[in-house]
Amino acid sequence: MTTTEKPQEFNVVGTRPIRHDGVDKVLGRALYGADIRLASMIYGAVLRSPHAHAKITRIDTSKAEAMPGVFAVMSGKDMPLVASGALDLGETVDDTAFTSDRIMAHSKVVYKGHPVAAVAAIDSNTGLEALKLIEVEYEVLKPVITLEDAMAPGAIVIHEGLIGSDLGEQVKNTNIAVHNRLEFGDPEAAFDQSKTVIERTFIISRAHQGYIEPHASTAFWAPDGKITVWTTTQAPFGVRKTISALLNQPLSNIKVTPTEIGGGFGGKIPVYLEPLAAVLSKKAGRPVKIQMDRRAVFEASGPGPGGTVKVKMGVDDKGKITAATADIRYGAGAYPGASIGAAASGIFACYEVPNVRVDSYDIVINMSKTAAYRAPGTPQATFASETLVGELCEIIGMDPMEFHLLNASKEGTRRPDGPLFPRVGNEGCLLAIKGSDHFKSTLEPSAEGKLRGRGMASGYWNGIGNKSSVTINVNEDGLVSLIEGNPDIGGTRTTIAMQAAEILGLPAEDVHPAVGDTDSIGYSDLTAGSRTTYATGTAAIEAARMVIDEMKKRVAMIWETEYENIEHIDGMFISKVAPDQKFTFKEAAGKLGQTGGPVALTGTVNVRGSGGGSFGTHLVDVEVDPDTGKVEILRYTAAQDAGKAVHPSYVEGQFQGGAVQGIGWALNEEYYTSEDGVMINSTFLDYRMPTSLDVPMIDTIIVEVPNVNHPFGVRGIGETSIVPPAPAVANALADAIGARLYQTPMNPGRILEALAAKQSGK
Amino acid sequence: MHPYQYIPATNITEAVSALARYGNRARILAGGTDLLVQLRGERYELDAVVDAKAIPELVELTLDGGLTIGAAVPCYQVYENLAIAAAFPGIIDAASLIGGIQIQSRASLGGNLCNSTPSADGICPLIVHSGVVTITGVDGTRTMPVEEFSTGPGRNALGNGEMLISINLPKPAAHFGAAYQRFIPRNEMDIAVVGVASAITLDATGQKVESARIALASVGPTPIFAKQASEFLAGQTATEETFAKAGAIASTEATPISDMRGTIKQRHHLVEVLTRRTLVQAVRRARGNA
Ligand SMILES: Cc1cc2nc3c(=O)[nH]c(=O)nc-3n(C[C@H](O)[C@H](O)[C@H](O)COP(=O)(O)OP(=O)(O)OC[C@H]3O[C@@H](n4cnc5c(N)ncnc54)[C@H](O)[C@@H]3O)c2cc1C
Repeated sequence: MTTTEKPQEFNVVGTRPIRHDGVDKVLGRALYGADIRLASMIYGAVLRSPHAHAKITRIDTSKAEAMPGVFAVMSGKDMPLVASGALDLGETVDDTAFTSDRIMAHSKVVYKGHPVAAVAAIDSNTGLEALKLIEVEYEVLKPVITLEDAMAPGAIVIHEGLIGSDLGEQVKNTNIAVHNRLEFGDPEAAFDQSKTVIERTFIISRAHQGYIEPHASTAFWAPDGKITVWTTTQAPFGVRKTISALLNQPLSNIKVTPTEIGGGFGGKIPVYLEPLAAVLSKKAGRPVKIQMDRRAVFEASGPGPGGTVKVKMGVDDKGKITAATADIRYGAGAYPGASIGAAASGIFACYEVPNVRVDSYDIVINMSKTAAYRAPGTPQATFASETLVGELCEIIGMDPMEFHLLNASKEGTRRPDGPLFPRVGNEGCLLAIKGSDHFKSTLEPSAEGKLRGRGMASGYWNGIGNKSSVTINVNEDGLVSLIEGNPDIGGTRTTIAMQAAEILGLPAEDVHPAVGDTDSIGYSDLTAGSRTTYATGTAAIEAARMVIDEMKKRVAMIWETEYENIEHIDGMFISKVAPDQKFTFKEAAGKLGQTGGPVALTGTVNVRGSGGGSFGTHLVDVEVDPDTGKVEILRYTAAQDAGKAVHPSYVEGQFQGGAVQGIGWALNEEYYTSEDGVMINSTFLDYRMPTSLDVPMIDTIIVEVPNVNHPFGVRGIGETSIVPPAPAVANALADAIGARLYQTPMNPGRILEALAAKQSGK
Repeated sequence: MHPYQYIPATNITEAVSALARYGNRARILAGGTDLLVQLRGERYELDAVVDAKAIPELVELTLDGGLTIGAAVPCYQVYENLAIAAAFPGIIDAASLIGGIQIQSRASLGGNLCNSTPSADGICPLIVHSGVVTITGVDGTRTMPVEEFSTGPGRNALGNGEMLISINLPKPAAHFGAAYQRFIPRNEMDIAVVGVASAITLDATGQKVESARIALASVGPTPIFAKQASEFLAGQTATEETFAKAGAIASTEATPISDMRGTIKQRHHLVEVLTRRTLVQAVRRARGNA
């Protein structure tokens, strides 16, 4: 992790300006998905299946169509039949036929909440009443809910058309969409030679992102075939592509405007409502808005997958890892696509493992299709590997910090899926935690007989680069407007503007960023994969450099000298040949009209990879009430490598937000599902995310090991922070109660059981 | 949502005749923090909603030794009254626990009682404070102890055309203390896995229990008055051992089920824990050093 080059110096990057979108949000003026109101707009409502698995034998919509106030009714037959094919959404690739079927069932429902019909009516209440008039007959099938049932020989097959891939071999009549394996070295031989080997199996519940804003989309299908969509999404260009593929319409006839977004965390990458609103709009001739309620969000949008993870690890007599294997099985939900790839590459990424094998399975079950959820697939797998490491350290009597440092992956270490790490911040984070006040403090025993414990865990997320565009327009008053194509979930409008400002030599406030629609900015991949500040920021730097270059040409024209004679230093244009000739950016901008017209330039990039990703280490103190099993988080510190923190407050916010979500996974969040595949706790009352009263202030330490792949050294940091919390809490709980839990959520009931089992000497 | 008539009533006669007219297709609206949520969630359909907040008797809050709480009085009015807080500590524990500030500014103890869920935080404290409800219908007025009011999950003693007018709590004896605690996995905005209210009257020495009342939430089809545990305590010395025994007895009076919020075993255990804890707190309050 030693940095050889001289650290860069910045004027704007690393400062904490007020966010550009702050005033609108504080005043309630920002427009979110549900805020769209258009002239003559009507309201859609979706009829959802009460069954997790059933054939649709009859749908009769005639009574709903006849109801006053109803403008249009649709069902699966109104969706074009599309062939199976790859739908590349930037971070994930889905199948077009499955996506169409997921959005509106054609002949079979495969999850509770699966849309079977939709109406558009004068108001939403009329729409909801009209749904009651739609008659649907089902032939109910036995749902496949558990992974064991889905994988059993002779299992009920959910999709007859699904062709599974088992280590590359095609398999028919299966619910196992994919079985992959990563392997190098000889783990079995290495286990045989190891001093200590342990193996444990962990169970993880599916967990929902829990964004405050439910999905909401509005569409207008004009008579000329142009489709305009306003929607709360992380992927406006993905929505455009999906609508085009699903409704067989030319891509360029579709314009998608992303609204402000009230949280996504991966859950607002998939398309749910947009094609339905479009089809209803075409039928009704009016714009149609559809919103989900919270129940629909829980039941029918995509949480992160649950599953089982078996991990085995061996160490030699010094505590050095000799080999590790894992068997990762995730329930994808009703269509393939649980994020097993990232899980497999991430599970041992924090370590140097000479012999490794990771099997991973993507399994179809009768529940809503899972979606990306912050570091998709990785928190689940890391819960297993890092909790196992905690127990292994206990068994061999080694301090977990020393174990992590001894075995830490670093520049040159090979990740299980092959790549060698470039310069990364794994050790930097460990050392940051080791040097923290929190680590050095002693955990005082409770005065009230409560049980206290401390635990740590590390985590990794690679992230992506990919394609982005940024346009900079220089205004005649010397300020610039900046247009980018990435919905702003975590303050990225500001972090992108700051990177442009750094190059332009302007204060952040002089750059006015806006998120454009798909017609007004060049193609940009989704806001996800920790890519936006990193990759779209790179496009902003590119655009800003082009602007400075063009401005130099204009200044040279005014000073009647050569382009080569103009320098741009500290925001000033200076003549090398006549040093008293100087222009500020504003002065130069004011003269554009006389020098050939406006300067409006677009930087486009296709960034390869993340540059190594971001590591994090978390440390937590917990307190358990032995009478009730209730857990209090006493103290929490999160360290993570940001490469270079563009806006440190937002970086800290991401560390804290991920930590809180991870604490939720650890302690209380779960899909409590009936045998029929019905989620019983589909409310924020019984789906227990932490509230502000359930977590302390999360302390943060920003580690900065510059990213070799970004001009300023920036790393994507949005996702890693959800990876370490669950195992850190598990390890702290073990320290507190002297017993281990192998299942999330580690809720009061399970903790009481673990305490009772320990007492009865089991 | 089915469209309904909104009927703002200004007196009891208007309200009960509207209720009688619509039968089970009408309900009273107090704070609406249960009713509106249930209507929007389509738990049931109504043709009429009768707003009771303009009926004088229902918004009355009178402390004259005893306490009369009109059925639609919002929780915040109860807990912000320092004299009530001092005399009726168990009620205050519940009123300041239900929801958050926004909810408490609308939600009433009457609505909590009439909603009649086993998990309601308001009902057990009313029981241990020996509350009596006043009910009026088209045929007249009757009263009954709070512990007899709930008859099942979401069901109660109100007949067709009847409404709750008020809850009346007698003046507490000297050396009286009460407390309500619930167990929730989080720290706020949650629903009781188990709740226990305890009230205790000590003798003049402050060492001996003269009488006690214990009530249990979320461990049966209705809130449960734990008669045996209550009776056991009379005449006992006020020690933690005694309270632990009372907890064990109370646990046998609980009839919980296993559901997403907790298991039978966990709930029996929590009844013991919370009975003990609320008794300790009630005694501390009875001794005047809350
Ligand atoms: C966010 C939130 C948090 C909550 N937290 C809690 C909590 O912590 N603990 C808890 O116990 N509850 C909680 N609740 C539920 C609810 O707030 C309480 O039950 C509240 O006391 C209900 O009072 P209300 O005045 O709003 O009743 P309403 O909703 O107006 O009425 C409830 C029911 O009682 C009937 N009713 C009301 N008054 C009368 C009357 N005078 N005569 C006959 N019938 C009547 C109504 O018709 C309706 O069926 C919460 C609710 C929300 C939305």
